[in-house]
Amino acid sequence: MTSNALATNALASSIGLPHYLAVAAILFTIGVFGIFVNRRNIIVVLMAIELILLAVNINLVAFSSYLHEVTGQIFAMFVLTVAAAEAAVGLAILVTFFRNKGDIAVDQANVMKG
Amino acid sequence: MDLLAIAFYLLALVACVSAFMVVIARNPVHSVLFLILTFFSSAGLFVLLGAEFLAMLLVVVYVGAVAVLFLFVVMMLDVDFGSLRQGFVRYLPAGGVVALVLVVEMSLVAAAIAGKNATLRAPSTNGVSNVEQIGRVLYTDYFYFFQAAGMVLLVAMIGAIVLTLRHKPGVKRQDIAAQTARTEASGLRLTKPATGQGISE
Repeated sequence: MTSNALATNALASSIGLPHYLAVAAILFTIGVFGIFVNRRNIIVVLMAIELILLAVNINLVAFSSYLHEVTGQIFAMFVLTVAAAEAAVGLAILVTFFRNKGDIAVDQANVMKG
Repeated sequence: MDLLAIAFYLLALVACVSAFMVVIARNPVHSVLFLILTFFSSAGLFVLLGAEFLAMLLVVVYVGAVAVLFLFVVMMLDVDFGSLRQGFVRYLPAGGVVALVLVVEMSLVAAAIAGKNATLRAPSTNGVSNVEQIGRVLYTDYFYFFQAAGMVLLVAMIGAIVLTLRHKPGVKRQDIAAQTARTEASGLRLTKPATGQGISE
């Protein structure tokens, strides 16, 4: 039995689309909450953004299963790509900021303010 | 309750709890480790959904690359993370209200879908594995998007290098152009120093 047959069998159980949507909703909410409460700590804010993108990915894959179509997984891959790029550039900016200021408190980041 | 439901609830619970720990942990290193746990559990959820390739991608890219990148940066920066937690309590009410609104809205959507008897099936297989299915669509219908994703990664890589590259002043480097363009006239000077005096530059 291939893994796909296994998945098809397993999917015909009590767990449906709403369950996965609920998990994604909770993860998304935690991500937004994390951005609010950790406003000063930019590293945790970046991690919260990763959580939000993960929630989006779970939604895409769940609907890909629901609609019987693989396109959702392709888009999840693109989201993954953008998330990886965003993390790399974000952390690079953070390292540069730390070098210049000796601190990563983002509320002091007002150099470009007119 | 069948085995799949147990697996789903376990993975979902671990994912949600560890995600919550990511945002409330005091130590950012713990945050990163909980982030890894979240991604791992989500990869399990993807396997349950029949997206094996994406699950492996999540483990390889996130756990293997992005989380380690975060870990490097957190450990490299010498920052007093305790001071960064000021304002946690101050922003708690606003964050809580927004979170509540979001979760109520999205649960309503999920509940509305629950009424439509939305059973899940893996994408149509026809004996083709998940990886092959993705490849068949990705390299044909979405080929330009695939190339664009590659460009995004390239630009991000170059951007990260440009941002963090730093030339220290005072470090002697080999300048090959200057070396090869050197002629006898520019590189050689004949002098006739007086006896006992030597030459000075």
